[in-house]
Amino acid sequence: MNNVCLALAIAFYLLSTVGYIVYVFRQKRKIHKIASILLWGGFIAQTVLLISRYVETGNVPVHNMHETLLFFAWSIAGVFLFFQLKFELMVLGAFIAPLTTLIVFAASMLSREPVPGDPVLKSIWLALHVVTIFMGNAAFAVAFGLAIIYLIQERQIKEKKAGFFYRRFPSLNRVDSMGYASIVVGFSMLTLGFITGAVYAQLVWGRFWSWDPKEVWSLITWLIYAALLHERLVAGWHGRRAAIMAIIGFAALLFTFFGVNFLLKGHHAPFTKF
Amino acid sequence: MHILLIGLNHKSAPIEIRECLAFSNEDIGKALTTLSALPEIEEAMLISTCNRVEFLITAQNTTETVTAIKSFLAEFKKTPEHKFEKTLYVYEDDEAVRHIFKVASSLDSMIVGEPQILGQIKAAYRQSTELNTSGVILNRLFHKAFSVAKRVRTETGIADHAVSISYAAVELAKKIFDDLQGRGALLIGAGEMAVLALEHLARNGVNKIFVANRTFERAVEVAARFRGTPIRFEEITDSLFNVDIVISSTGAQHHILTHKDIKPLMRPRRNRSLFFIDIAVPRDIDPNINRINNVYVYDIDDLKGVIDKNIEDRKKEAMRGDRIVDEGAIQFRKWLESLEVTPTIVALRNKAETIRKAELEKTISGLKSISDKDRVAIERLTASICNKILHDPTIFLKRPGCWERRGFYIDAARKLFNLNEDDDQ
Repeated sequence: MNNVCLALAIAFYLLSTVGYIVYVFRQKRKIHKIASILLWGGFIAQTVLLISRYVETGNVPVHNMHETLLFFAWSIAGVFLFFQLKFELMVLGAFIAPLTTLIVFAASMLSREPVPGDPVLKSIWLALHVVTIFMGNAAFAVAFGLAIIYLIQERQIKEKKAGFFYRRFPSLNRVDSMGYASIVVGFSMLTLGFITGAVYAQLVWGRFWSWDPKEVWSLITWLIYAALLHERLVAGWHGRRAAIMAIIGFAALLFTFFGVNFLLKGHHAPFTKF
Repeated sequence: MHILLIGLNHKSAPIEIRECLAFSNEDIGKALTTLSALPEIEEAMLISTCNRVEFLITAQNTTETVTAIKSFLAEFKKTPEHKFEKTLYVYEDDEAVRHIFKVASSLDSMIVGEPQILGQIKAAYRQSTELNTSGVILNRLFHKAFSVAKRVRTETGIADHAVSISYAAVELAKKIFDDLQGRGALLIGAGEMAVLALEHLARNGVNKIFVANRTFERAVEVAARFRGTPIRFEEITDSLFNVDIVISSTGAQHHILTHKDIKPLMRPRRNRSLFFIDIAVPRDIDPNINRINNVYVYDIDDLKGVIDKNIEDRKKEAMRGDRIVDEGAIQFRKWLESLEVTPTIVALRNKAETIRKAELEKTISGLKSISDKDRVAIERLTASICNKILHDPTIFLKRPGCWERRGFYIDAARKLFNLNEDDDQ
């Protein structure tokens, strides 16, 4: 059952990727609609998989690399689909769908052996911590995609080359404000993730903060995004600089997510074992 | 006699060189007077727009004339010849005729099908006729150019989907700002083209409008049309704080806004994007401004890049336009050939001979009792009357003395005797 769901999700995401890429070339609304429905298909298949895993183990399934990656992909697809209900994101799908597909595919290559749930992990705070952090990460991934789109479009306009992407990408202002919205969402989620994580740590280990490498790097990431938001509110920072900052922020986030676990030790390490 | 076209346009020369060689209205007057005084040149006309400078000349010796024009241009514009020499094109006779027809029909324009060029060519024509530097050939050529342009306009779809500069500018503004609703625009220099672009922006929702112009009255007048605010030239920098789009089209020789005018503005503006559309040649806006974050500067050449993609769709229509141009060029050549002395004299004689024969036939068939001898005598009489009448005009046309204005006399002769049977005018 789980394997069927995973296979279905991969198939849907793959088709959706194809759909979005065709959309970039053809610019037909109908193709976009189909690609979007396919992405929903993949998302639903993955949701079913996650629920079944949750029911089996009683935990949010993020106990090994396979599960963590799947959950990350699911968050990205979910956040993107949610944004798409509100904004006309269109071409962003051509960035998000392949990313999701790639992550799910990578996850499917890894060991799927479920890790026995440690009773210490059974906590509503931990569940909230995981969900908010992942939602935040997904929102930052969307912001990262938008930042890249912004930089490409900005280059086109600055260098006065009305090339392939000029017509296909949305206007600078729209990409910029969507990126801003994603970062606000990501930042709020990350903050909530900190709070819930700290509460959980207090309950389990008796302290809110323990200078674990993961915590420190998360804080660095949080500070980068905080600086970006601060400059935006105070000095009206937007456009190219904000986009570059969003990319730097995402790089820090990736390091926090993977790098810390591989290179440094800490209490998050087991969740990305493979 | 040859028709000669020497010039440069947006395809052959970058904007920097076109700026250097552009002629103002006054300059055109001076240039035409100087040129027509040169011994090589018979007739002269000069077209100068933001995208082209073209000399139309009739002369006997083409190579000498081309050299003369080049050195004239270098001297008049105080620019060394080697700087612009490579950007010049030279067309002779048929080629020149076709080129000028294409230009008039807007087939050679940066934005194919844009309507302004015909007006600009009409103005150039008027100027050269007023100064009397154009003669029978160029005048005729231009009348033909106008009729070709009219046909291209009405018989092809080129003008229908002509995308103007202003249209391209609005598209770009939308790619930067997304929605133009409630945005502000500043017009620097209220030229026709700039006002057109502003109109386009206003139709897309731009509603905070400022107009600056050297003559304040004109600023007031234009501002009133858009319910905007007229401002003085000195107030430009301050008003930049309130606008998002700037359209500049002054005749100034130097940059009106430079990098150091804009850079300090961005922080108090809270980095809101600023879009400059510079449709002036020479340019008003320092191109370095484009390097500032969130500021975009487009001049006419840059806008062209945005428009290029529409050209594909219009290739077919342009081909039909080319056909009309070819037809016009062929008709014009026929007329030009008729201006040669010999064919005119032959035509004149043929006409007299035809009339003589017809009249003779009528008379002779009415006379019943007439001997062959009398008949020959009458024939000889009519022939010699014709010859005597045509003798003086023939000698006059052949005489070297009238060669300088030969075109004029031949044209007059053809008109007096109605020799242009297939003339469409």
